[in-house]
Amino acid sequence: MKFFFALLFLICTVYALVVGLSKNPREVPSTLINQKIPNFESISIPSKKSFDSLSLIADEVKIVNFFASWCPPCKIEHPQLMRLNHIDGVKIYGILKKDTHNSLEKFLKNLGNPYNAIVDDPKGKTGIIWGVYGLPETFIIDKRGTIRYKHIGPIMERELPKIKKIINKLHEE
Amino acid sequence: MKNKITTIVFVVIFIINYETKAIEPDEILQDQILENRAKGISKELRCLVCQNEDINNSNADIAKDLRLLIRDELLNGKTDQEIINFIHSRYGDFILYKPPIRFYTIFLWVFPFIFFFSFLILFFKKKK
Repeated sequence: MKFFFALLFLICTVYALVVGLSKNPREVPSTLINQKIPNFESISIPSKKSFDSLSLIADEVKIVNFFASWCPPCKIEHPQLMRLNHIDGVKIYGILKKDTHNSLEKFLKNLGNPYNAIVDDPKGKTGIIWGVYGLPETFIIDKRGTIRYKHIGPIMERELPKIKKIINKLHEE
Repeated sequence: MKNKITTIVFVVIFIINYETKAIEPDEILQDQILENRAKGISKELRCLVCQNEDINNSNADIAKDLRLLIRDELLNGKTDQEIINFIHSRYGDFILYKPPIRFYTIFLWVFPFIFFFSFLILFFKKKK
């Protein structure tokens, strides 16, 4: 009996440790993976091309990036987005979270504009619809308009090969 | 005696302070019933950034966004469960303090009972 309880306790502890320690608590898995793009209210920004959920169903691989000029990790990520923008057949769509249009203009003027179109999210509601909880967050969408990958935090240079691999795989599908 | 009074004062301050300390005045609804419902819903939801606080008590940006969304939806006539279901559908089980019983969460629910009864049995066995 003693042995049975000791074994049960050991199994439970090992299971809890294996499951618990193999996960990064900072990264909450997205419920939208393999789901269609959610419907969201498209709030346009003057002088910027706009988009909505229907535009994201177009027959190509798309990247949707939530960003803001006040977010330092977004600045770190920006050169990588500029490089991803040069991949053939991939369009990057930006969703500006809680930022002013003037700051956006300055941000894009200084760092370049990788975005095919940008919409506004002044109250963070679009972010909630997409399950975003921090900035930046990036989604990769396949040719059928299904979300296939979510990147939480800035895409660093070392992560570019992984992102390119996912894009290439989706291109071939 | 003085120490006891100090302890009681600290405990009372802690209890009072626990209640919804991150809610800003501009977020509060005028309708007290709706406001109480909003606080009740927020108590069920974990902040995704702070992770050890409910969204009533978190200063994170996402917690504030969610508090505002809850109040907007209440004003739109949504029920508490509809609002929780919507937020759950966006952020998954992690956001709920009481996750549903599934294969992956079964240990979370069962382990405390196993733990408790195991020690209870061991305790009485030892006494015998």
